[in-house]
Amino acid sequence: MNDMRLLERDVDTNDIKIAARDVQVYYGDTHAIKDVNVDIADNTVTAFIGPSGCGKTTFLRCMNRMNDTIDIARVEGVIKIDDEDIYDKNVDPVQLRAKVGMVFQKPNPFPKSIYDNVAYGPKIHGLAKNKAELDDIVENALRRGAIWDEVKDRLQEPGTGLSGGQQQRLCIARAVATEPEVLLMDEPCSALDPIATAQIEELIDELRQNYSVVIVTHSMQQAARVSQKTAFFHLGNLVEYGSTGDIFTNPQDPRTESYITGRIG
Amino acid sequence: MTDATAGQPAARPRREKTSLLTQDGRTKRRNAAETRFKIYGIIAISIGLLFLMGMLITIISNGSRAFTQTFITMEVTLDEAVLDKNGNRDLADIRRVSTFGYAPLINAALENKVQDLGIETLLEDGAAMRAIMSASAAAQLRDYVLSNPDQIGETVEFQFLASSRVDGYLKGRVTRESIARDRNISSAHLLLIDDLMEQGTVERSFNLGFITGTDASESRPEQAGIGASMIGSFFMMLVVLALSLPIGVAASIYLEEFAPKNLFTDFIEVNISNLAAVPSIVFGILGLAVFIQFAHLPQSAPIVGGLVLTLMTLPTIIISTRASLKAVPPSIRDAALGVGASKMQSVFHHVLPLAMPGILTGTIIGLAQALGETAPLLLIGMVGFIASEYPDGFVGGFLDPNSAMPAQIFEWAKRADPAYYERAWGGIIVLLVFLMTMNLIAIILRRRFERRW
Repeated sequence: MNDMRLLERDVDTNDIKIAARDVQVYYGDTHAIKDVNVDIADNTVTAFIGPSGCGKTTFLRCMNRMNDTIDIARVEGVIKIDDEDIYDKNVDPVQLRAKVGMVFQKPNPFPKSIYDNVAYGPKIHGLAKNKAELDDIVENALRRGAIWDEVKDRLQEPGTGLSGGQQQRLCIARAVATEPEVLLMDEPCSALDPIATAQIEELIDELRQNYSVVIVTHSMQQAARVSQKTAFFHLGNLVEYGSTGDIFTNPQDPRTESYITGRIG
Repeated sequence: MTDATAGQPAARPRREKTSLLTQDGRTKRRNAAETRFKIYGIIAISIGLLFLMGMLITIISNGSRAFTQTFITMEVTLDEAVLDKNGNRDLADIRRVSTFGYAPLINAALENKVQDLGIETLLEDGAAMRAIMSASAAAQLRDYVLSNPDQIGETVEFQFLASSRVDGYLKGRVTRESIARDRNISSAHLLLIDDLMEQGTVERSFNLGFITGTDASESRPEQAGIGASMIGSFFMMLVVLALSLPIGVAASIYLEEFAPKNLFTDFIEVNISNLAAVPSIVFGILGLAVFIQFAHLPQSAPIVGGLVLTLMTLPTIIISTRASLKAVPPSIRDAALGVGASKMQSVFHHVLPLAMPGILTGTIIGLAQALGETAPLLLIGMVGFIASEYPDGFVGGFLDPNSAMPAQIFEWAKRADPAYYERAWGGIIVLLVFLMTMNLIAIILRRRFERRW
């Protein structure tokens, strides 16, 4: 691991974007997330690491209320975005999800054209007044997804015809097209080869300028490469949370140390 | 990062070294089992195909004869003294002459024809010979005169239907032995037919009337056709499609995508599956009680038949629609929700288009099932009525009493005359052509809407 680089990296002390307090998640009788407290900063990449089944993805899905779609899931505690409780009964999850975009583990473009994939979000949120504006939004999103040059000549071809890495970048472009404030990424590179992974990591670093990015990853190297803050989850508990440099070079908790040195997980 | 290589237990004794070129016992047994299974499969498929072939051959050999009919061609003099005594071509006067009045004209024409051709017969006059003609001949003549009154006094060539006995004789159904005690026809008539055949006056040809015509009375099977009940079936299918597709799809979308999973929805789910297994005659008696006795909708009308068949088709459509909604990968729903689409937007913009081929296939299979259904129609009176008239226009199509194809087939199969038995088989061919067309449409729609993801 690039320990040297980690130490030199400056950790931004930005405003808190997301604050979670005493979050519990139950799947039926299973207690999947226990007492999680975390503050996620704006314009920062925050990585969630931990062994499989430790609740990283579950917690990520709490932050845009995707867990609402699972009947047996129950969320307790408070999650605030910009000091507003997203589980307040006045909050419409649809509005929330426009503000908190999500990229999934498996690339899941709609079986439509590349253009329609990106234009869909802006269309349903009424972000474009006319076709020209929509074209602009699509082009911008595809540029920010670092895929514009590869697809600009075939926008009407199906998004499902792209390669895995291109599909994932298309999904990122689709997520940024709706102008979210937070971008949640659930193992976005797990299905990709190292080259595509590198492209996406570079992209994540650029996205940090505009968004608060939360990324779940299985690869500790990836967490070390792209994130400023890292949270380590184990068996539903948030074990340790701090700057990426500290977590990887000077972990406080023995479980964190065991995990990053490869003894558990 | 692991250092697990050290301290492994001593290696177990290695497998005996064998050649790849000879199969060992286990492999032989496994291969034999596989071969046996393949043979069972081929036998099963062969038996299935054999039954199918047997069915098709029987249907076609029995039914194809219904599509041809024996016709007798002759010139009839439309005698003014008989048809229009006053000679002023007043339609009201002409109408007063009933079909009985036309019979002598046909007798005379038949007698002339036989004399002209120089055929000797034991039958003394035209009235006796007329047994070779269909009873419908007089009506056919009268209809012609009523629509062409200016032809009165002329001699016109007509093609009349032969009686069903004559038709049966030509098709090999009626023999000299079988008519020994038949009062409708004698062997003298058959001799006459043989002679007329030689002269080309009597011939068997394709009978469009069977496909387009209406049902006829018991004594005139040669005149009966399936056309009117085809219209009845068509209007019933319109009702079924217009009701069961929207209701079924809406119910399945709600159940599959929106409804909370609780005891009540579980109960509904179980009952829909049960409903699919309810015998169709139960739906028939339900329709009789609800639509006819309670709601006072017209009896024997395709709209009632359509409503009953809708009840029957709904579970099929709901089950297949739900299955195809389930088959849409959840990642598509996540993707739509992830960009901030509402539940309904995600269903209507993304899930439904992907489920469309399955929904359409299920609907068409449901419709095909409904098209072939007979039992419920028996109870709402669509079979007691003989479809001897075409419905009046579009509204009449729904409300006028009519029959449906399977009910018409049932009605024919029930009748005593073997000529009707032949028509029942013919009706089945027509029905099967309809079903195959619908299945073909289902396949085409499937291909068209199918998309990969």
